[in-house]
Amino acid sequence: MRADLAKARLLFWTFFKIGAFTFGGGYAMIPLIQREVAERRHWMEDSDILDIVAIAESTPGPIAINSATFVGYQVCGTFGAFCATLGVVLPSFLVIYAISFVLRQFSHLLVVQYAFNGIRAGVLALLLKALLSMYRQSPKGAVAYAVMAGAFVLTAFLDVDAVAVILLCAAVGLLTSLRGKRRAA
Amino acid sequence: MVCLELFVTFFKIGLFTIGGGYAMLPLIQEEVQSNGWMTAQELVNFIAVSESTPGPFAVNVSTYVGAELAGLPGALCATLGVVLPSFLIILLVARCYAAFRSSAIVSGVMGGLRPAVIGMIAAAVVSVGATVFLPDGVQAVSAVSLGCSLAIFGGMTVLTFKKVHPIVIILLSALLGIAAGYLLPV
Repeated sequence: MRADLAKARLLFWTFFKIGAFTFGGGYAMIPLIQREVAERRHWMEDSDILDIVAIAESTPGPIAINSATFVGYQVCGTFGAFCATLGVVLPSFLVIYAISFVLRQFSHLLVVQYAFNGIRAGVLALLLKALLSMYRQSPKGAVAYAVMAGAFVLTAFLDVDAVAVILLCAAVGLLTSLRGKRRAA
Repeated sequence: MVCLELFVTFFKIGLFTIGGGYAMLPLIQEEVQSNGWMTAQELVNFIAVSESTPGPFAVNVSTYVGAELAGLPGALCATLGVVLPSFLIILLVARCYAAFRSSAIVSGVMGGLRPAVIGMIAAAVVSVGATVFLPDGVQAVSAVSLGCSLAIFGGMTVLTFKKVHPIVIILLSALLGIAAGYLLPV
């Protein structure tokens, strides 16, 4: 029990550190997890890190939260999962909570408004880059292109609810893979 | 009451967000803007804040919206809401993750969701583009501000593809925005 508590505390601080040093979140955190969890603490093997990415990608929610919960659970059960998740969320929570007091006050200043006029154009460039790198990593094929185009049109021009689009595309993916399997059998 | 609403909304965002990065952006746009919690411009501004602070965008935006609406309790409820679906689902999956990984149903569903997320982010890029280039609609566009935005966007696109760090991109665009604001007649 005492060993578990020590492990849980270590999980909390390890993921607090990972959370505090991952700017932008998401995939940026995978190399850090690998270094801390596999190389430094030996909680998991290097090959397990690939499993973490695969699971974090195919379950709902941010990659950072999913990986922390998963590693925490593997290392020391539900309590470990709780400590790791709390650790990874806390730095962003504290920083943003502190910033929320400042942001509104400064947003009335002319110089801040000018800065954000420029920043919004820069953010658009960052989003475009993120979109293209996701596109490069995605599976290609007739069905995939059709789903991409369908989801784009439904969301951008027809104002269909995002949740409805997600459920619809999940159903299309499932039906396509079942039909492919039947044909192969 | 507003705390419950925050919790439920961000729970839904956490539950229906698939994949990393900006995969949740279309859903966040929809929920946050339709509730009047943030304008389109404020949300794009906040993407920059989130890129320059630690942690995932979903957690950052939930904490911020929660704090703005209802202080510390609001921030706690919204953040708990966005985190809880991941936490619960991973606890379930971690017990049988070998079966989960080799499941034909999971891989089928993901085969549909991966391209869907790309289409939806493309839609988010279009709507952010409209916010950046036509902030007051097509009729009210001014040539000078449109030109500035296009120039900054073009320059920053080149730099991002040369792998310049996002925080450098944000700082540079802020400086260019300030310079344009003071030097050019708007």
